[in-house]
Amino acid sequence: MNEVQAHALHGRAATIQARRAESIRLEGVSVAFGEQEVLRDVHLEILPGEFFAFLGPSGSGKSTLLRAIAGFGPPPRGRILIGEEDVTHKPAWARNVGMVFQSYALWPHMTVWRNVAFGLEERGVDRAVIRERVGRILELVGLAELAHRRPSQLSGGQQQRVALARTLVVEPRVLLLDEPLSNLDANLRVQMRRELKELQRRLGITTVFVTHDQEEANTTADRIAVLDAGTIRQVGPPVELYDRPRELFVATFLGSANLIPGEVVAEGAARVFRGPDGLQLPVDGAEPLGRAWAFFRPEHVRLGEASQEANGMLFRGVIRRAEFLGAHVRYTLAAGALELLVDAPHDPNVPMVAEGAEVRAVVPTRLVRLLRA
Amino acid sequence: MVSVRGHYGAWAVALAVLAFLLLFLVIPVAQVIYVAFQHPNTGAFTFVNFVDFFRNALFRESFFNSLYVASMSVVVATLFAVPLAYFTTRFDFGAAALIQTLGVIPLIMPPFVGAVAMQMIFGANGSINLLLDEYFGFTIPFMEGLNGVILVQSIHYFPFILINLAASLQNIDRSMEEAAQNLGAHGFRLFRRIVFPLAMPGYAAGAALVFLKVFDDLGTPLLLNVNNMLAPQAYLRISSIGINDPMGYVISVILVAFSLFALWVSFFLTRGRDYAMVEKGGGGLGRRELGPLGRLGAWLVVLLILLIVLTPHIGLLLLSFGTIWSFSVLPDGYTLAHYEEVFSTALPYVRNTVLYAGLAALLDVVLATAIAYIVWRTDVPGRRILDYLGTAAVAIPGVVLGIGYLRVFHELPVPFVGTPLASWWVIIVVALTVRRLPYALRACTAALQQVSVSLEEAAFNLGAKRLRTVRRIVVPLMAGGIMAGFVTAFATAAVELSATIMLVARESDAPVAYGIYVYMQTAAGRGPGAALGVLAVVMVGVATYLSHRFVERGRRVEEADRRLAVAQGA
Repeated sequence: MNEVQAHALHGRAATIQARRAESIRLEGVSVAFGEQEVLRDVHLEILPGEFFAFLGPSGSGKSTLLRAIAGFGPPPRGRILIGEEDVTHKPAWARNVGMVFQSYALWPHMTVWRNVAFGLEERGVDRAVIRERVGRILELVGLAELAHRRPSQLSGGQQQRVALARTLVVEPRVLLLDEPLSNLDANLRVQMRRELKELQRRLGITTVFVTHDQEEANTTADRIAVLDAGTIRQVGPPVELYDRPRELFVATFLGSANLIPGEVVAEGAARVFRGPDGLQLPVDGAEPLGRAWAFFRPEHVRLGEASQEANGMLFRGVIRRAEFLGAHVRYTLAAGALELLVDAPHDPNVPMVAEGAEVRAVVPTRLVRLLRA
Repeated sequence: MVSVRGHYGAWAVALAVLAFLLLFLVIPVAQVIYVAFQHPNTGAFTFVNFVDFFRNALFRESFFNSLYVASMSVVVATLFAVPLAYFTTRFDFGAAALIQTLGVIPLIMPPFVGAVAMQMIFGANGSINLLLDEYFGFTIPFMEGLNGVILVQSIHYFPFILINLAASLQNIDRSMEEAAQNLGAHGFRLFRRIVFPLAMPGYAAGAALVFLKVFDDLGTPLLLNVNNMLAPQAYLRISSIGINDPMGYVISVILVAFSLFALWVSFFLTRGRDYAMVEKGGGGLGRRELGPLGRLGAWLVVLLILLIVLTPHIGLLLLSFGTIWSFSVLPDGYTLAHYEEVFSTALPYVRNTVLYAGLAALLDVVLATAIAYIVWRTDVPGRRILDYLGTAAVAIPGVVLGIGYLRVFHELPVPFVGTPLASWWVIIVVALTVRRLPYALRACTAALQQVSVSLEEAAFNLGAKRLRTVRRIVVPLMAGGIMAGFVTAFATAAVELSATIMLVARESDAPVAYGIYVYMQTAAGRGPGAALGVLAVVMVGVATYLSHRFVERGRRVEEADRRLAVAQGA
């Protein structure tokens, strides 16, 4: 797709009549394939007009959850509501939930036009209206000239546009996207995700998309639900998930993390986190006792500035590895039994610390969080 | 592609294979076509033979009968195949294994073998009609004239549609169906608009194959005594009027033309519209559990079809053990006498069959391995021609090949043997070889393509010459595929009748298929004929089973290799 078409996509989105955005509510949804439970007791509310992401590793159940909303897969337990309507027991074809498949699932025996017209034909829409609406949506995605091609004659990006058009033309209540960008090459992916977001904004349609790519989720979604092993681990805006993960899995899945194993003990009225090598960190008095992890991001550790930050955790160790990553340098610091990651911004006027050098490092207390496993 | 230059060995092999194919495929068929366009008296090029053909009422009738029988067989076979294919791919109701078996059972019995047994059960005085007449006072002409041919052929050939259609359905990406449901389609509309069109190539390929097989078949109409069809007419003209009668050649040209047309249709429909696109979502239609009522219905349909499909087998067994079976639902009594007769007098048939089919299958895999290797692993110019020629035999009906051999080789004496080549038993082996080469070629090509070129390059790198590499690396790695090709060629050659029937010069040279044909001509011979038929079915059944085993084993090895590769890659 070229620049002109990309521009067209932004410009014309407003011409599609958006219906009133609807919420999606999941109440105790569980899904099992035979004996194997792949989703357990999922509760979630997706707000009207929200651009929402299901993020998780493969096998986490994110696609299964999306498919359950569309009415595919084994019948779930619990309730699925779209707007105020309980659709849990409605068949897939009666839900009017738009879904774009990972493979796009364009029918090879039909032209682009026939593919896009399909949903309207199934709804018994008047021929003239079909012609008008299909034409309009193909204009919108910049494929009007290719209407009589077969899907196999289109590029990956064009195929995705057709899939999107085919779904949007029926004006679904909500839009579901299953790994929408995974079949595109890297450059196109960045461009398409911006366009997707733009389109979603203009249409105002409640949209859920599934991805395993945290960057994709962070850049597009208003809120993210992180899934692992069939449960939602945390829900929140990208920044919140990154800054304030509530558990180990979320901390490590989103970005890199330093994790120090230890224990919260009582010292008089106060509570202290004790790690290996006599590492100590005063913590909130409300913090429960017992095993815990001290968590902080590599970019929050500073090398050789111990004196400036009195209120911090101090480490002393040897640089094991220095990896130049462009914007920053990633050091691996061996401090006693611990291995810490340290990201230092790259400055052309400051030489990199050599491997083998002895250094001191500090992380401010306010940037350390305690996590339970 | 390994391209090692200066390998005159490959050249020599390629030329030898080419010579064989020219001599025993191209020249005989070309000769048949040439004669069809030759004036019988002057020898000039002419269409007069074709004009004569269509002026003759019997030939016109035969032509339309053949078309009608082939088309109706496709229709009836479709009625058997579509529900079965749809059930297996769509529902979980425990009959998948049964249906898979259904897909093989008919193929291990050549249609002409079961034809007489079908008469006994479905014929005007057969078991079913006797029962119908007694209890309901009417009969159904299942086996009357063309109906009989259609019934026998569709029972025998419906697996071609079943296998192809089921494969097509299984290859449809599930999201294709789900996308349609998501947009509001379901039930029959979903099937009509999405599922069936996507499975169409597989269906059409199977249907074209059925059409072609039925259109060309000689044995079944002959055994059912239906002579007003093309293949029997060709056979009868040549065998009664003689090798110079042009009508046999005209019919041959028509048979070849329709074969090519059916193949082209099948090729056209599958090629370029390859809908097999299994994606990550998993292949095949969404499976559903059936309710109790649906389950009952599905089982009834499957069992009914199974019963119909097994009729020839049941009938053949009854016939082979029955004493007298005439105007009665079941034979009057049971005996082993037919088997005794077969084992005392008919063993030469079996010996001949094993000899002919064994030699032919051996020759087939040698030729096929050579062709596959030359085409895929050398740069001999024009090597593709070998592949095309080897495969082209598929389009040549047995009758046509038989007529071609008689025409070309009947005046060619074999040194030291003293008979013309056309009536020497070896010509039967050659005919079987040419007829079954496409099967072997397909198996060997597939096997070779699974052998990575780098394995050969490693051998070259370590100093092995080409012939040694082929012998020590390539052929051992292809062994599974070669065995499968051998067994398939053997099994199908063992019961081939249409070319053999024209080339058997004396009864002592005849194979089992011919023996069955001869026995079945008389009422008294039916028992022993059926016993011989049972032997043939067992032989083909065992061979088919072995072939499946070889293919399965090859697949397992391949699977293990892939896992190993993945493990090493990771």
